[in-house]
Order: sequence, then structure tokens, then C-alpha cells
Amino acid sequence: MKILVPVKRVVDYNVKVRVKPDQSDVDLANVKMSMNPFCEIAVEEAIRLKEKGLAEEIITVSIGPAQAQETLRTALAMGADRGILVQTDQTTEPLAVAKILAKVVEAEGPSLVILGKQAIDDDANQTGQMLAALLGWPQATFASEVKLDGEALEVTREIDGGLQTLAMSLPAIVTTDLRLNEPRYASLPNIMKAKKKPIDTKTPDDFGEDITPRLQVLKVSEPAKREAGIKVENVTQLVDKLKNEAGVL
Amino acid sequence: MSYRAPVRDIRFCLEEIAAIDGLKATGAFPEFSEDLTRAVLDEAAKLANDVIAPTNWAGDREGCTLKDGEVTTPTGFRDAYSAFVEGGWQGISAPTDHGGMGLPRALGAALMEMLQSANMAFGLGPMLSLGAINALIAHGTPEQQAMYLPNIVSGTWSATMNLTEPQAGSDVGALRTKAEPNPDGSWAITGQKIYITWGEHDCAENIIHLVLARTPDAPAGTKGISLFLVPKFLVNADASLGERNAVKAIGLEHKMGIHGSPTCTMDYAGAKGWLIGPEQGGMRAMFTMMNDARLHVGVQGVGIAERAYQRALAYAQERRQGRAIVGEGDAPHAIIDHPDIRRSLSIMKAKIEAARALCFHTAVEADMAEHQDDEEERAWAKRREALLTPLAKAWSTDIGVEVSSLALQIHGGMGYIEETGAAQHYRDARIAPIYEGTNAIQAIDLVGRKLSMENGLAFEELIEDIQQTVEDCATSSNEDLHYLANRLGPAAETLNAGARWLLSASEDDRLIGATPFLKLASEVTGGWLLCVGAVAAQRLLKDESAESDEDYAQARIDLAYIYSEVVLAHTPCALSEIRLGAESVFEPGRFMLESQ
Repeated sequence: MKILVPVKRVVDYNVKVRVKPDQSDVDLANVKMSMNPFCEIAVEEAIRLKEKGLAEEIITVSIGPAQAQETLRTALAMGADRGILVQTDQTTEPLAVAKILAKVVEAEGPSLVILGKQAIDDDANQTGQMLAALLGWPQATFASEVKLDGEALEVTREIDGGLQTLAMSLPAIVTTDLRLNEPRYASLPNIMKAKKKPIDTKTPDDFGEDITPRLQVLKVSEPAKREAGIKVENVTQLVDKLKNEAGVL
Repeated sequence: MSYRAPVRDIRFCLEEIAAIDGLKATGAFPEFSEDLTRAVLDEAAKLANDVIAPTNWAGDREGCTLKDGEVTTPTGFRDAYSAFVEGGWQGISAPTDHGGMGLPRALGAALMEMLQSANMAFGLGPMLSLGAINALIAHGTPEQQAMYLPNIVSGTWSATMNLTEPQAGSDVGALRTKAEPNPDGSWAITGQKIYITWGEHDCAENIIHLVLARTPDAPAGTKGISLFLVPKFLVNADASLGERNAVKAIGLEHKMGIHGSPTCTMDYAGAKGWLIGPEQGGMRAMFTMMNDARLHVGVQGVGIAERAYQRALAYAQERRQGRAIVGEGDAPHAIIDHPDIRRSLSIMKAKIEAARALCFHTAVEADMAEHQDDEEERAWAKRREALLTPLAKAWSTDIGVEVSSLALQIHGGMGYIEETGAAQHYRDARIAPIYEGTNAIQAIDLVGRKLSMENGLAFEELIEDIQQTVEDCATSSNEDLHYLANRLGPAAETLNAGARWLLSASEDDRLIGATPFLKLASEVTGGWLLCVGAVAAQRLLKDESAESDEDYAQARIDLAYIYSEVVLAHTPCALSEIRLGAESVFEPGRFMLESQ
């Protein structure tokens, strides 16, 4: 069985992002970029399935600029077997990504696609769901536990107020939540081996997909600065302020 | 305040200043590439930031404990060590024949910096193992290498250096530990060693001690010393562990800093050992360990300075006091906007980068000295490595103390409170100028051996390189670099004048001038390398095609400027101290020194 793991290159989670002066976007010039943390969890889960002997090959794919190759190398250093880079400098929106991924699935024939539930740059949380719809496959999003037994997949997912367990058969889509696993650190020997693993470079055109953005960003702005608090004299005053000033009661 | 490895600064230093790229041409590192450097540094940074750095605080608070000859390391050390071993990091620069990764030592030095920043007490373990790996590669028999190296290279076993005895510190020739031949060709080692870093611990399965001892009828002094390999557990022919050897830790030192590092008194009671290298050839083997270790201790100075600096920078951005002239918004303003704090931070940063450049340049030349094809170029690199190693060790560790002291100062009263964490770095940093040959020993090595070797050729070559950079700066299209040339030029002349004076001075005068000369030579060399960085940064500024970061490049030039105005501008004054002469301090007699 093959597992496909799409990964996205995003601004590193440690970076304090800044908005561009013209408010057109977040400033990404010379900012550290890394693999989206949810994608790391997806890669880790795929590797664990392979280590249990439940999968033969892990293919990792990224849609993005030439530098996304580094992100693929990271996945390869963790333990994926080969990579596909669909190179574009265009802004990638979930629907376009899902359409390309659907074509990659068609070409590669994986039985399972594991994705991060969302990317920390746009927080869209759509690609996995869209891919499932395009393929007509069952989906289990926000997975906190994945059990695979032959063709039978059992996924525990985190929902409001508790855990929900879904059973489905392969092929299927799984998107990862934060608590699914703790991704490993790549070892030095594996970083070096990753350099020799193949990465196939393609373009969106190769898949016949037009990825021109459908969405228009009107404005990006910083979150409002938190204002200094005040001390209230007593509970009555607190309730009054919550009711009349904050309007939350 | 958590540590974040300065991957970008390290890369700039390796690539633009130390020219690590030149190692590709040697053909010795088929795997080595710019991409790999980036990937390795990024992953090493994750390990240092997320796995090792969090153990630093507990290491300092808890320290190590010794009970019945067994040492327990602080909470988290065992797990961090396992992660280090699983990652295969111990063998980064060891040859592939012995299970290593075969990458340049310079890349190993970059990893070493991160380890030392993350947790200096922890980082000492891997540092000592590395010294032993190099000694075994250089002097071990093929059988010894096959038996011990794979497990030390993987980190499954660790290793130590056993030199010091109570009466034999800087004068290692005074040691008394005995080695007597056993009938089976092994030796029985008897004696006591002190200050043995990571001499006993619970992180690795076995500990391989490299021990200096005296064979029967050996001549007195350093000539009669031999090096022995003494495992904690004897190793069977199939590499499995056998019986416990007669060596054990009988004491742990109570130290000012590096509490997490078990500094042991080791007792050898007829322990079984094997000779490494020829009998009475111990000093040569020891110098293989020491030379590497000296560079790594220099890197440690950089590492602890970086860690302390990061803490001070974070505090200066957070702490608000008073009204700053340049402060934005309402007072109180962050103290980073107060002029003296800003000045301190600028100088700290510039000095860290200068010391890092000195260490990495030395590391790259150490690689070149081993792997360069051309014999002359290999000899050139060997001379450069030899000349700069004492500088790298002594000056970088002095900067570790200076910067960690300034970092504490920036915290004000809070810096003196242990819970803030700044004090720990200062306490940790203070050992580095002492061990691995005190900084005075480094200065004696510089003026006694390195300066005059091959009729002063290494030194002349260094001056030539500096003058070339003066020329590059003076003729740059960027006028900012002309200021650098104006400071670096006279600094190089002063250095040359100091060297000429020393070479013609009497031995006692030369030794009086040794430490100030080492400081001068290091300050000028560090400044030179920052100027090399500034020239590279100017090239990046001009290069419109590359996706260069102008702010970053400009900052390299600005830091070089601050360094040249603050440090290089002072250098001509150094001559007076270098030329002080023995008469000035000995003629008045000890009477002058007495408190009355």
C-alpha cells in the first residue's frame, strides 16, 4: 500500500509575523520558513504505519515555490521515500491544491492520503475535505488516533465535547490534529540519505490545472492591540461593566 | 528565556567568512553541499532548542550525585543524551570507515556551538568523546579502532580524558599514575586522577577512559608518559560488555558552575588498560586530543556567550524603566532603548561574531590541513590552524566570560538573583578560560612555539591576509568599508610590531608579554574576519539578482564598524603592555605585591 502525504511550506511557527506596510499580505521576505506543523504530524503518522508494516511506500508532495523542495527534503529525512514538487510561485488556494492532489492520487494510486488538518499560514482547513469530495473518498478529519487493519480504517477524531470514532474502508482521507503524535527529529544519517532520495519536479500545467486564485485579499491587518485593563472596585461594578460596557452579559 | 540557535549567523560565518565551500574542492567530503549544510544546521538547531536546552535549568539546580561509585545525572540528561545518540550526532565529523558521517569538522564545530549554548554542562560529554575519537583514529591500532570506535562514534559509549592529578595540573609531566605490564600484554593502571569531566555517569552503556600514566623505569617528566585505554566495563571479543574494570569514581567536585557535568575523582586500582600508540609516546597522543579539544572549548566560549546574550537581549526588550531619549510611545520604555544598554548589546553581538569567526576559520583550516590535495596548501592550512588554535581557545573563552558578565549586568539587580538564569551562564562560562590548558598556557604556546615556527611564516601569512582585507575595504565602492580599513590597517601594523618585539625579546620578557600579545593578536584577527564578512556583505548588497537580504548584509557591515571603533581602535595601546618586560615586575621583588 502507498500513502500520499501532502506537505506545505509555511512561515516557521516561531516567527512573529508582520504585516506588509501596504497591508497586502504578511511580510515573508527573508523570514524563516518550515514545514507546516500539522503536515509534520501527517508525515510522522505515515512513517509509523510503514514501520508497523502496514504500508510499503510513502510519497510526499508539495505544491509551491522551488524552495518547497527543502520542505520535501525534511519529509524525506524523517522517513518518506520519494517526493513530488509541483512548482509554482502562484498563491496556492485550497481548491487548486485539492484539484492537483486529486490528479496526483490518480497517477500514484495511494490507498491513503494523510494531510495536516490546516496550514498555520492561512488556517483554511479545507484541502483535505475538498480532496475527499473530488475523489469521492471517505474522510476522517482532526484525527487523534489512527488504526489500520487491512482495508479497515478506524479513526478517532476530536470534536467539541468529546471524541468520535469513525470506521471506514480504504481508500480514504485522514487529516491530522495536534495530538495524533509527536513528530520525530530527523537523524543525521537520514538527513544525508534524504539527499539521495528522488524528487520529481512538475508544474500545475502538467496536471492541466489552472491555479489562478479565485479569492481576492482585500486587506491584511495586525490584530488590534490589547488595551490596558482597569481595576474594578467591587463585584457590582464588575457586573455593571460586563453588562453595559463590554456587552457580554 | 529559551535558546534559539542562531542558524543564520552560523551559516553566514561558515560560508561567507570561513569559506567552508572550499572544502568541496578537496574531494574529501562527497556528501557535503550548501543544501546539506542548511539541512544539518536546521535539524541540529531543533535538537539543541527543543531537546537539550530545556535540560539546562534542572542541570544547574540539581547537579549530579555520587553514590557507591555510581553517578546520577540531573533530570532530563539521560533522555537528551539518548536523543543525541539516536540522531547520530556524535559521529558528525568522524570518518565513515568508523561509522561516522564523514562531514567537515567545521560543521561539527557549528553543532558543538549549539550544544554548548543549549546546555554547556551537557555538551561537555560529547565534546570529550570527540577528543577520544580523534586520538584513537590518530594513534590506535586497527584492532583497537575496530573494538572501540564504532560505539564511541555512535555515542552508545562515551569517553574521557584523564590527565590531571593533584600535583600535576599545567605540569602534566609531574603525574604519578603507574602502569605495569600484565602477562597478557595489557597493563595494570594504578593511581588517582582528578577533574575528570564526565568520568562517571548514567547516560552511556560504557565509558572509555584515556589515561596518561607512567610505565616502569620511564624517565621523569613528560617524556616518560604513555597513554592507555581503560574501559569502565571490559569489552569482549564480540563487542559485548564484560566484567567491571577496577576503575571508579570516588568523588564529585562542588563547582562554581557546570553543575550538570559530573567532574569526578577517578580511582584506578590496578585497572586493566591497553597502550595507545608507542610506550612513552603519550604526550603526542595527548596533544591530538588537546588540540581538537582546545578549539572546541573556544567554540564553547562562543556558545555560552551566545546563550547569555540571547537572554540579555530578551530581557532588554521586556524590561521597562524610565524615559528613553529614543523611546517610542509613553514611558516607561524598554531598556533596550537606553543608550548604554544598546551600546553594550552591540558590542556583545560584535564580539560574539568575531570569536565565532575565529573558531570557524580555524575549524575550516583544520579540515583543509587534513584533506587539501596540494601539499603546499595543506601545509599552509596546517600552519594557520596551529597559529590560531591558542587564540580560538583563549580569546573566545575570555569573551564567554566578558559577554556573560555584561549579560548579567544588563539584568541589573535581577541578574544577581539566581532564579533569573543570567547568573548561571556567568558561573558556567568561568571555567572555560581555565581548563584545557589555561589561557596563560595558550599564550605561552603562542609566543613560545607558534609565533616562531618556520621562522614566523604562519604569522607573516596571517598579516598578509589581513593586509589584503585592508586593501579590499579601502578600495570598496561602499564608503562604510573605508572606515574599517582605517582601523584594521593600523591594528595589523601594531600586531606586527608586537610580534617583532617579542621575537627579539629575551625569554622572560616574551613570557611577560604573552597574554597581552595573545589578546592583541586575537582582537586583530577577529576584527579582520569581521571585515572579511563586511566585504562579503557588500558583495551581497550589490548583487541584485540574488534573493539577498539587504538588512542582514547591512547589519554585518554595521557590526564590523562598531567592532573596529570599539576594539580595533584601541589596539595600538596594547604595545605598552606587551613590552612591559620582566624587569618591571620582578625587579621590585615580591615585597611590592604584599598587602601592608
